[in-house]
Amino acid sequence: MGQKITIEPVTRVEGHGKVTIHLDDENNVVQTRLHIVEFRGFERFIQGRPYWEAPVLVQRLCGICPVSHHLAAAKALDVIVGVGPDDLPPTAEKMRRLMHYGQFFQSHALHFFHLASPDLLFGIEADPGRRNVIAVAEEFRDLAVQGVMMRKFGQEIIQATAGKKIHGTGAIPGGINKSLTIEEKMKFLIGKDPMNIDQMIVWASSAVELFKDYHRKNRDLIDHFAAFPSSHLSLVRKDGALDIYHGVLRAVDKDGKKILHDVDYQDYLDYIAEEVKTWSYMKFPYLRAIGKENGWYRVGPLARLNTCDFIPSPLAQKAFEEFRSYTGGKPNNMSMHTHWARLIETLHAAEMMKELLEDPDILSGELVKKGNKTIEGVGLVEAPRGTLFHHFRINEDDLIEMANLIVSTTNNNEPMNRAVELVAKEWMNGKEKITEGMLNAVETAIRAYDPCLSCATHALGKMPLQIELYDVNDQLIDHMQT
Amino acid sequence: MSKPIIATTSLAGCFGCHMSLLDIDERILDLIELVEFNKSPINDIKKFTKKCDIGLIEGGVCNSENVHILKEFRENCKILISVGECAIMGGLPALRNNIPLRECLEEAYINGPSVENNEEQIIPNDEELPLMLDKVYPCHEVVKIDYYLPGCPPRADLLFNALVALITGNLMELPYECFKYD
Ligand code: SF4
Repeated sequence: MGQKITIEPVTRVEGHGKVTIHLDDENNVVQTRLHIVEFRGFERFIQGRPYWEAPVLVQRLCGICPVSHHLAAAKALDVIVGVGPDDLPPTAEKMRRLMHYGQFFQSHALHFFHLASPDLLFGIEADPGRRNVIAVAEEFRDLAVQGVMMRKFGQEIIQATAGKKIHGTGAIPGGINKSLTIEEKMKFLIGKDPMNIDQMIVWASSAVELFKDYHRKNRDLIDHFAAFPSSHLSLVRKDGALDIYHGVLRAVDKDGKKILHDVDYQDYLDYIAEEVKTWSYMKFPYLRAIGKENGWYRVGPLARLNTCDFIPSPLAQKAFEEFRSYTGGKPNNMSMHTHWARLIETLHAAEMMKELLEDPDILSGELVKKGNKTIEGVGLVEAPRGTLFHHFRINEDDLIEMANLIVSTTNNNEPMNRAVELVAKEWMNGKEKITEGMLNAVETAIRAYDPCLSCATHALGKMPLQIELYDVNDQLIDHMQT
Repeated sequence: MSKPIIATTSLAGCFGCHMSLLDIDERILDLIELVEFNKSPINDIKKFTKKCDIGLIEGGVCNSENVHILKEFRENCKILISVGECAIMGGLPALRNNIPLRECLEEAYINGPSVENNEEQIIPNDEELPLMLDKVYPCHEVVKIDYYLPGCPPRADLLFNALVALITGNLMELPYECFKYD
């Protein structure tokens, strides 16, 4: 008699996401599903709003990476007001970039400190009650202070560029509304210890080392857990460099062969489509050319380091070369290596902030440009969690008529489902009871993607998990919760 | 004297209010000395393990699960605080309140320009998905709320000062500039 198991990465009452697993007569896994249970309706309710409101409205979908939404919307509106990405005044582009690197730095630091460090410091076998950030703060005070300060530095960069730490207003269609003052710049460059950029670079480098050390000691886990081949998609600079703010869209397959050849993202609809399924509010994107069965791809830190050719900052490039050589130059398909990639990006963000802070354009220059208005535009950035698409069309009254968003976590929908399937098969096949190990494994597999469910949930903590075991008639026969 | 106990949750919010609480920076290390956190995404306690003194609610109420959890917070917390615009008046998600829910769903799943192969006009409706409410409601329309902290999100200092005032039993300053919802 077949069975169905339900796992809730976020408990039923807290919403956002859960997993169901169906078993056949021999208790073999036949199907797994990650359900996303939140819906906002943004695409519809933004219609009728003046277009210039979009960058401040959309970011309220996500208070963890609001800058990404803010900038993706602003980039789409640049196109609508007739100022292409290459026509943006240098001060505007550099201020936006500084904001974006500040956001990467704070978001990645938060992830490292809150999600990764408890596992690295206490080990994933440790008592779950101790594997949290408060225990880190109690037992590893220095590291806790470091995490808090790194995040603070990124947030203050955001405040200086966007006006506010959360939900700022810096980017406007065609430019930015402020430049940096000399005081702000000096504060970041030579601020009292530890709040200066050089200290941030040192800390970011040491975080990469901390991970490598952990990897050396836990190679089996890090290399094999939830590892599976996939395609990878991200923005890259025209010359193939890692670029999180602007560039062209590239995808490679599991062997590194290009399957999307550095295309203009204004035409994203020619290349990417989404499938709707009854059991999740999150859609399933795929590459049209390959089709919905096999056209899915991963996005995020791992995907970015798999698609780009090099990193345009010296320390991160060195770390990148090491990362690449670990897989002999081929794409890295080991899910847990996302942590490694994320820390290399953190280092890159710190280096880029320094470069921008030292650039004279950041202090003065033209802030906004005007062009010939059109009615439609696409904006794309790499958010900390992956590629983020915004697409708007306006009517003759300047009101938004159509909005389409494909957020980072949505791009990772199929890979997360695959990871769950893989882990479930490994742990569940032949068993009819849910085990603690199974619970942890599914949680860890999903968390490797740092999913921002409803573009928001859980980044502060780990996801609660609930597993329910059903028989073929949907009768609950076993139940377990963390 | 035992430490005051705090619980927090995010309903139909964006997590920005929780992030603003983290923006108290170094003071977070003082805060965890001063108080004990119970159910909260900050420490991963997923279920109430004891009665709490203060509950912080981010986000309004958009589906049946939000209702459930908000009631659970009211039962377990002596003082309940609506934190931020969404909890106080629904916030950005409440922009859908003037539009039939069906239209919102159709726009996302049927009309969306990147949606393909949806000839059957599928709209997610699985039994695993919680029931959506017709509107997004502010928290105080569902349970009694004791205090309100304005902002989108409330600034970090405001959150910190409010917690310190409650813990020490002092009055807090609520400067005029804090009364805003940007
Ligand atoms: S009030 Fe603002 S910051 Fe808080 S949850 Fe709502 S949108 Fe996010």
